[in-house]
Amino acid sequence: MTTDAATKSPLVGLFVTCLVDLFRPSIGFAAIKLLKDAGARVEVPESQTCCGQPAYNSGDRADAKALARAVIETFEGFDYVVAPSGSCAGMLKVHYPDLLADDPAFAPRARTLADKSFELTSFLVEVLGVDRVEARFGVNVTYHDSCSNLRELKVRDAPRRLLAGVDGLALSEMEETEVCCGFGGAFSIKYPDIANAIVEAKARNIAKSGAACLLAGDLGCLLHIAGKLSRVGSSVECRHVAEVLAGMTEAPAIGQARKAG
Amino acid sequence: MADASFKDSAARALADAKFQRALLNVKRGFIVKRAAAKSKLPEFDQLRDEARAIKDHTLAHLDLYLEAYERKVVESGGEVHFAPTAADARSIVLRLCRDAGARLVTKGKSMVSEEIGLNAHLEAAGIEVAETDLGEHISQIRGEAPSHIIAPVIHLNKEEIAEDFVRTHRGLPQGRPLGTVQDLVAEARAVLRAKFIAADVGITGANLLIAETGSSVVVTNEGNGDLTETLPRLHIVIASIEKLVPTLEDACTVLRLLARSGTGQDITTYTTFATGPARVGDPDGPRQYHVVLLDNGRSEILGGEFRAMLRCIRCGACLNHCPVYGAIGGHAYGSLYPGPMGAVLTPALYGIDHARDLPNASSFCGRCEEVCPVAIPLPSLMRKWRERDFERGGPPLAQRLVLKLWALAAKRPRLYHALGSGLVPFLARLVKSRGSFRSLPFGSAWTGTRDLPAPQGKTFHALYQEQKRSGQS
Repeated sequence: MTTDAATKSPLVGLFVTCLVDLFRPSIGFAAIKLLKDAGARVEVPESQTCCGQPAYNSGDRADAKALARAVIETFEGFDYVVAPSGSCAGMLKVHYPDLLADDPAFAPRARTLADKSFELTSFLVEVLGVDRVEARFGVNVTYHDSCSNLRELKVRDAPRRLLAGVDGLALSEMEETEVCCGFGGAFSIKYPDIANAIVEAKARNIAKSGAACLLAGDLGCLLHIAGKLSRVGSSVECRHVAEVLAGMTEAPAIGQARKAG
Repeated sequence: MADASFKDSAARALADAKFQRALLNVKRGFIVKRAAAKSKLPEFDQLRDEARAIKDHTLAHLDLYLEAYERKVVESGGEVHFAPTAADARSIVLRLCRDAGARLVTKGKSMVSEEIGLNAHLEAAGIEVAETDLGEHISQIRGEAPSHIIAPVIHLNKEEIAEDFVRTHRGLPQGRPLGTVQDLVAEARAVLRAKFIAADVGITGANLLIAETGSSVVVTNEGNGDLTETLPRLHIVIASIEKLVPTLEDACTVLRLLARSGTGQDITTYTTFATGPARVGDPDGPRQYHVVLLDNGRSEILGGEFRAMLRCIRCGACLNHCPVYGAIGGHAYGSLYPGPMGAVLTPALYGIDHARDLPNASSFCGRCEEVCPVAIPLPSLMRKWRERDFERGGPPLAQRLVLKLWALAAKRPRLYHALGSGLVPFLARLVKSRGSFRSLPFGSAWTGTRDLPAPQGKTFHALYQEQKRSGQS
């Protein structure tokens, strides 16, 4: 698991994220394809589980620290750690150094890991220098910025830049694209009425955009938004941006049934 | 505050269509106007850094600046009273009012006076209290607490306010026109003008206290602060200790951010500096000037991990930009201080036992921190409250249990993947030909209002191992 000094191709550890693992593996495979197409070598360590956010944001600092240490041990041998999620990448990049600041053994390792951890689209654009992907998606889409991508990692342009190169794709920005979808992890089930009111407003803005497909970089937001759109009978489909960029859109959209036959 | 009461209030607020329409004012008004004001000021972010540094510096040397401030107030002929608790502050103000023989007190808008329950205390002693900020006047005649720290009645529409005026403004003709905002403002102005003139004591808060000059600063858009300060014979300023800044220059830095962040104005219509009582030869002004400095838990906050909260300048930007506040409004928080700033400050002032929902009811979207003019890391501070709440066993047992079971598995990758690769295909089969669950046993918290997209079929790790074995990956 070390970089071969002879090759320039960086070794990326894919942080699959627990939601992608459980709900939508196709996003993970799309991420692998995008990274490989851009010249990276990709490995997916099997000992990974979750970045620890459910514990961290519930106030369970001890379990959050234990999981952070495990992630560091699993991934510190890679040149880069990439996640198809702003939320999980933000946890590694922004929160691990804080969480482990008072742990003398792990504080420097947390900082080192933070420096080489990235969200997928920003890694493709900013580190690997990708400016165009080979993909076709002849659909009018709108893009939802996850709060962690937008505010924690300042990732706003990278997904849009890559989408601009997708053949046939048109991007119609919705109003209030900087506003949260109301997911917030456990928030969406601890305070369901409030989360629902927030995602209802988001669903209205999506409808107003006129797009046929909603894309985002975080599966948490996507499950929440797709769940709302499905409940209100909207025909807008939801996909992770990586699936579109990798040209892997044959799987049914999030929350949609497999096509008969 | 019990769990049920926050959720019940939130649910009531969400179900109230009229209230929901009024809440849109926050979005249409404040958010758009702040963005415009900020974009016209290229040095906004630099000012933000400066303001943050000013507040941090002051807080680090608060004892020295408080002493310097007191010296200057005394030099200018005023007096400073330190009030460790809300009760102390109430009795100091009441004593000052009694000594002045007060029957009528006018008040400028003051969150600190709300915090200590001043009005009820004075009224119980037979003193009439007249709120003079239009929003506070409306709150007062409705017998309601403000629902927003700078826009007390943002949750009301003008028809409701007209009804309140008809009901409480005595001696005016029934059937008078109150259909427009102008009608309402004109009537309030006439009613309040009589109070300004008759008042014995004027009580204001302070947006800032300046150590260099011993001045208190009040910003308003109605001029009611000026009339409250200058017409009565006694002016009492009631402010909490963290309102202090070292110099006039520092005050101006904060003022440049305050209105832009709150209402989106470059500056409020009135910015009133008061320094001591009227001097010999001054055409007007109070004969006495007293400052009541409230601690009420601030010293403890100052010494702990929530210190950054004391930078707050009460602009209201975090409320305006919070999706939770935007959904449920201020009253549901059950605290004078709602929204993100209230979610951090309320437990610090009253204890986490009384406010555990407030820091928990956030999606951590981070917009509050982004718009805060003094860069308070509000989500991080809310998370610290969650940690304290978790340590004391605050979350419901079921939540703690689920979290512990999940953590148990997540810390054991083999077990975790075994569970995942067993459960996921089971769930995927359960949903059969449909792609989402409309309901799930034990899942109603989600499926009550949203479908749950079903898993695709197998876990990523299971599929990845299969591919590796077949040599595809």
